[in-house]
Amino acid sequence: MSGNPKKPRTAVSIYLVAVFIVLYAPIVYLAYYSFNSGGAMHSFEGFTLEWYGEVFQDTRLVIILLNTLAIALFSAAISTMIGVAGAIAITHVRSKRFSSALLTLNNVLIVSPDVIIGASFLILFAAMGLNLGFASVLISHIAFSVPIVVLMVLPKLQEMSPTLIYAARDLGATRWDVLTRVVVPYISPGIFAGFFMALTYSLDDFAVTFFVTGNGFSTLSVEIYSRARQGISLTINALSTLIFLVTLVLAVGYYVMNARVTAQGRPARVEAGE
Amino acid sequence: MQYRARNIYLIPYAAWIVLFVVAPIVLIAYYSMFDIDGVLTLDNYRRFFTPVYMGMTARSFWYAFLITLFSLLVAYPTAYLLTKTKHKQLWLLLMIMPSWMNLLLKAYAFIGMFGTYGPVNALLGAVGIGTRQILFTDFSFIFVAVYIFVPFMILPIFNALDELNPSLVAAARDLGASRWDTFRRVVFPLTISGVKSGCRAVFIPTLSLFMITRLIAGNRVITLGTAIEQHFLVTQDWGMGSTIAVFLIIAMGLIMVLTGGGEGGKQHVR
Repeated sequence: MSGNPKKPRTAVSIYLVAVFIVLYAPIVYLAYYSFNSGGAMHSFEGFTLEWYGEVFQDTRLVIILLNTLAIALFSAAISTMIGVAGAIAITHVRSKRFSSALLTLNNVLIVSPDVIIGASFLILFAAMGLNLGFASVLISHIAFSVPIVVLMVLPKLQEMSPTLIYAARDLGATRWDVLTRVVVPYISPGIFAGFFMALTYSLDDFAVTFFVTGNGFSTLSVEIYSRARQGISLTINALSTLIFLVTLVLAVGYYVMNARVTAQGRPARVEAGE
Repeated sequence: MQYRARNIYLIPYAAWIVLFVVAPIVLIAYYSMFDIDGVLTLDNYRRFFTPVYMGMTARSFWYAFLITLFSLLVAYPTAYLLTKTKHKQLWLLLMIMPSWMNLLLKAYAFIGMFGTYGPVNALLGAVGIGTRQILFTDFSFIFVAVYIFVPFMILPIFNALDELNPSLVAAARDLGASRWDTFRRVVFPLTISGVKSGCRAVFIPTLSLFMITRLIAGNRVITLGTAIEQHFLVTQDWGMGSTIAVFLIIAMGLIMVLTGGGEGGKQHVR
């Protein structure tokens, strides 16, 4: 930008690049030292892939990784089904007041802090007599992913012209046919976006899982927390580098989804996920 | 027939609402009225109004306020400049990307970066200031929290700025307003909705942070979130934990009303 005669442009670039560098510094830092043979997050000694090897030799870690993935996939799939049903239910409701009440209730879990969700779910499972473990974590993840799926699917349903459904019905389609052959294909970009959001919600969640996980079961976030409290281990660095690469793929996937949704007439919005 | 079909879709969704939205809130309110021995009492509420908990609440709000303020100060110029770039959607995506990475890993990275031998101390040493204790201070806590929440502030402000009609700015300039006047009287008021939803997206979660307080602030900072976690998972005093949660929910509701909530769907922060 040095050749640019317009000065403000340069200032703009410098500020943005500075913010950009700060945002990425921790990630680059983690990745850089994941190759350090020295075994600490300072004074780089030599290049090694030892820590990456250790990630895959650590049976406990691999099992936790698989658990985390299983929870993410199952919870995303199930919450997508409930969420799609919910979005359809909201559009079917005739009374305006009832549908906006449903939407308000839907958004409660989106704005609630994790700690409240975690604590209240813990009480809920205790009251139901459910043992903490895989099931309680899975149920919690389904529960907090449903509202986001509803929000992703709802705009697609609302912009869909009802004449499409009338036409299908007139032409003799059954109610089931209308759902699977007309409605679902039409709203599929929203469904995919919702599924992706649910997936990232589940993969990223720490606080809720921390409350409802019990002793025997752990997900990646909870495991990193307990390891980080004990100090630094470069295996976590190696793992985080791998995770960042996966995140990158997911982000690009979501971006493409979003672009497809946009191409069909919805304004683009990049979502932040935690 | 129509009615029946509607019912079928509503069943799983309504079940979800009753079980995971309504029941948990009711249970929290119910548990808050029991003490640690399971006796029905309002003691927890009395305890909440003692100086210990009041001080903690005040500090929680103070930290949340500071974190929100600094996030806004960083995010507004960033969002503003982002809208001026050529490939703004791509830049925005790049800015948001770190927020997709697991929160725990970012906190973990800062443990290394702020450590005694970390790069930040090395830099301070090289500049001549000398190494200091950065980890486990208020500074590190606020810095990391701002780092984590800035993307959630950038997004809504970016969207608000992006929707702003540029001819309004041109009109203000034509009518003789200075750059600063244009910003203060035209741009900022018109993007206040983005600022509000950004503040809401940052303030509510920071009020209940607990993981960062433990990892970065080394238990020096006790927020309402930390206290809830402590009561539920360490001291097993669910009643007191629920009482704090009740107040947190009330505070949350107030903030939603104050910042004109309702369209929570724009921001997905948890």
